[in-house]
Amino acid sequence: MKIRVLVSFKDTVLDPQGQTVKNALLTLGYDFVKDVRQGKVFEIETDDIPEEKIQKNIPELADKVLANPIIEKFTWEIIE
Amino acid sequence: MVVFPGSNCDQDTYFICKDILAQECIYLWHKDHSLKNVDCVILPGGFSYGDYLRSGAIAKFSPLMQELQNFAYKEGLVLGICNGFQVLLELGLLPGAMLRNKNLKFLCDHVHIKIENPQTPFTNRGKKGQLLKIPIAHFDGNYYAPPETIEKIKRDRQIVFRYADAEGRITEEADVNGSIENIAGLTNEKRNVLGMMPHPERASESLLGSKDGRIIFESIIRHLQQC
Repeated sequence: MKIRVLVSFKDTVLDPQGQTVKNALLTLGYDFVKDVRQGKVFEIETDDIPEEKIQKNIPELADKVLANPIIEKFTWEIIE
Repeated sequence: MVVFPGSNCDQDTYFICKDILAQECIYLWHKDHSLKNVDCVILPGGFSYGDYLRSGAIAKFSPLMQELQNFAYKEGLVLGICNGFQVLLELGLLPGAMLRNKNLKFLCDHVHIKIENPQTPFTNRGKKGQLLKIPIAHFDGNYYAPPETIEKIKRDRQIVFRYADAEGRITEEADVNGSIENIAGLTNEKRNVLGMMPHPERASESLLGSKDGRIIFESIIRHLQQC
């Protein structure tokens, strides 16, 4: 199985890297861009394990390791 | 002195403690399981685990860091400098987190910090409002905590150092990395854990341009002598 976890800054936290990317896009003429938030993607390959184990463990490991809950949030999905 | 793979200020800090201040000092490898009865644990600056994932994020799972949790809980003295501060935040021994510097640059410069609270084991040799000239060298030093946490640390006087200009004014320009409230260093509620972004070990000899950083180490020594 393959799981994708997406970690990004919480909406209340300023993301200077995202702002810089946004400014670069606007400079290039992509004037429809309203905002950019930058994040991290993790693709985790796992053994074939029961779905409930995935449901329990992925949010747990994302909260404990992949994201810092003070500044970041995460979403995840099974992609394969 | 805790050593992680990627620590690079461990020997400088060891030198100041042992050779300049004549204290007994030992290195502790991050995979050790014992703090060997030390009085004070220093987490030095550097790039533990290459700063992969987030600064300090992987270091917090080292076996020795589990021991450090107990040590801090029992009110043992813990000083985290730069990357050491980031590790203390990731461990949850101090509140908040670090974001990338506001200008997205690695900052390496002498800055001024103001002592906000001299009533801690790390600042008892200083005075309230005293300015210290100490260098910084970091990419992720933009201190962030949610508003309710900021309120709490202000109320409990946990802010120990704030970035100031050469005249001691707390201004936005002096806040080099964008930290909330110009925070350069803070303690936990019990005052036994301090994290600071500036490097006092790089300002502890006149030869290096400043010895203001000695106040931190000398305060620790005084505190331990009085215990």
